[in-house]
Amino acid sequence: MNPVLKLLLEGGSLTTAQMAQVVNLSVAEVEQHLEQLKKDKIFLGWRPVLDLSREAAAAAAVRAVIEVKVTPERGGGFSRLAERLARFDEVESCYLMSGAYDLLVFVNGSSLQKVAAFVSEKLSTLEGVLSTSTHFMLRSYKEGGFLIEQTETQVTRLNVAP
Amino acid sequence: MSVDPNRWVAGHVASLPKSGIRDFFELVAKMKGQDVISLGVGEPDFVTPWHIREAAIYALEKGKTYYTSNLGMIELRRAISTYVTEHFGVNYRPEDQVIVTVGVSEALDLAIRAFVSPGDKVMYHQPCYVSYSPSITLAHGVAVEVPTYAKDNFALTAEALRAAWSPGCKVLMLNLPCNPTGGTCSLEQLTKIAEFCREKDLLVLSDEIYSELTFDGVHTSIASLPGMAERTIFLHGFSKAFAMTGWRIGYACGPAVLIDAMMKVHQYAMLCASIIAQEAALEALLRGWDAVVKMRDQYHRRRDLVVRRFNEAGLKCHSPRGSFYTFPDVTPTGLTEKEFAVGLLEKEKVAVVPGTAFGANGKGHVRGCFATSYEQLIVACDRVERFIQNVKK
Repeated sequence: MNPVLKLLLEGGSLTTAQMAQVVNLSVAEVEQHLEQLKKDKIFLGWRPVLDLSREAAAAAAVRAVIEVKVTPERGGGFSRLAERLARFDEVESCYLMSGAYDLLVFVNGSSLQKVAAFVSEKLSTLEGVLSTSTHFMLRSYKEGGFLIEQTETQVTRLNVAP
Repeated sequence: MSVDPNRWVAGHVASLPKSGIRDFFELVAKMKGQDVISLGVGEPDFVTPWHIREAAIYALEKGKTYYTSNLGMIELRRAISTYVTEHFGVNYRPEDQVIVTVGVSEALDLAIRAFVSPGDKVMYHQPCYVSYSPSITLAHGVAVEVPTYAKDNFALTAEALRAAWSPGCKVLMLNLPCNPTGGTCSLEQLTKIAEFCREKDLLVLSDEIYSELTFDGVHTSIASLPGMAERTIFLHGFSKAFAMTGWRIGYACGPAVLIDAMMKVHQYAMLCASIIAQEAALEALLRGWDAVVKMRDQYHRRRDLVVRRFNEAGLKCHSPRGSFYTFPDVTPTGLTEKEFAVGLLEKEKVAVVPGTAFGANGKGHVRGCFATSYEQLIVACDRVERFIQNVKK
C-alpha cells in the first residue's frame, strides 16, 4: 500500500514535513504520493472537522438527514438520480442504502428555513423522488472521529518508568 | 528515648539496591512544568481501547464487585487458553494450567517464590527489567547474570548461558522481546537455548509481555519448542499489547503442578486479581485484536523513525525486532550513558534512561521509548541531534 495512504488511514493530522519524517521520504515525495492518490481519486481532499454548534462555525449549523425513496430507472438504476442529487451544494454526503428507503442524504444549511426549502423545493421535486423523510440533527457527540466537549483526561503517564 | 526504625527492616531488604531508574525519575520530576519530552516511559501512550473500558464499566454497573476464584474467572482462563494456543502454539487447560495474576510482575514474583528455595541459583539475561534480580534476592535465591551484548543486538546466546552456568542453577528467566534492549532471539538461537535448558534440567520462566509487539518476522515462544512446555512457565499480560498497564492484569500458564504451587502463594498473598480488571481482560481477548494490530503498526513506523534519526544523529542504534524500546550506544558522542542522559535532559529537555539502570551491560547505552506520538518523537529526535552537535563542538 502507498505509505502515505497508510499514514492517512491512521487518522492523525501530520503536516507533510512530519509525514516525510515518519515514512522516510522527502517532502516532495510525500506530496507526489498525495498527488497520485488524488489522481487515482482515492484521496479526495482535506477538510476541517468543526464543532458546528460553536458560534464561529455556525454558518452551516443546521443539519438534517433525509431518507429518500426513489423510483429506480431502467438502465440507470439509482445512480443517475443520486448523482444529480449529490451535486447540490447543500448536500454534504449521499449514500445508497439497503432497507426501507433508497438514499440517505446529509444536508447542511445556515437556517432551518433554508434546509426546509431545499428539501421541499429542490429535493422532493426531482423527477423520480417518491417521498422524503427529514430528520434534523439536534446535537453532535462525535464528529469525524473527534469527541465533542468530552475529552480524555490529560494523560498522566509517569515520565520515567521501568 | 529514640528508637532506630531501621533495625526492623529485614537485612535482605535493607541491602537491596534502590532501582537505578528511581534516581532518574526524581531528576525528571524536578523539571516539572518545563517542556520535557519523555522517552523514559515504560508504557503505551494509547489509552485502553474504549470497548475494553466500557466492558469494565458495564461489569461495575452489573454489580461485579466480588472476589473471583483464586485462579481467576474461568471464562477468562478459557479465553487465555484459546489466545495462547492461537498466538503461541501451546495448549494449556483452563481448569488447572492457567492462573490470572496482578500483572505479569506478580506472575513472575509468584513463580520465583514458588520454585526458588534459599540458595537456589536463578539465571537471567542482563540488561533486563529492573525487578528480576531483586525478586530473586527477596526469595533468598542467588541471582546469576548472563550478559548479552550490543554486538548481538542484545540477543541471548546459548554460549553465554553455558559460560555463566554453574552447578546449582535451577531456573532461567527469559524476557523476549526484552525491556530495555528490544533484544530477541532467532529461532535457531532459541532452539539452542532450549537444548541447553533440557541438558541442565532448568525450569524456564518466560516473560513474553512484549511478544505482540514484534515487528520483523514472527515471535516464537520457547514453550512451543519440543520438550519445553513441560519445563516452562509462560508469563504474559495485557499491559503492553492492549495498552492496559494501569489495570494490573496478567497471567501464567504451565504444568498443572507448577501452576498449583504458584496458586498457593497467590491465594495467601493476593487472593485473586481484581474482578474489574479480569472483566476488561476478557473483553480484550474476545474483541481487542484489531486494536492491537493497529497499535503495533504505529509502533513499527515509530521505531523506524526513531532508529533512523538516532543513527543519523550519530548514535549507534540497532533496530529492535520487538518491544517499544530503542537502546542506542551513546559512546560515539564521547559521553557516558549517565552524562548523556543528564545532559540531554538538562540542555534539551528530553528524558531517556541510562542503560546501567538495567544492568552492567547497559553501560554506554540509554533506553529511549518510542511509545509517544509522531509529532513528539520528531521534536525529540531534533533535540537529540542538536544536543549531539553541541557536544561535538
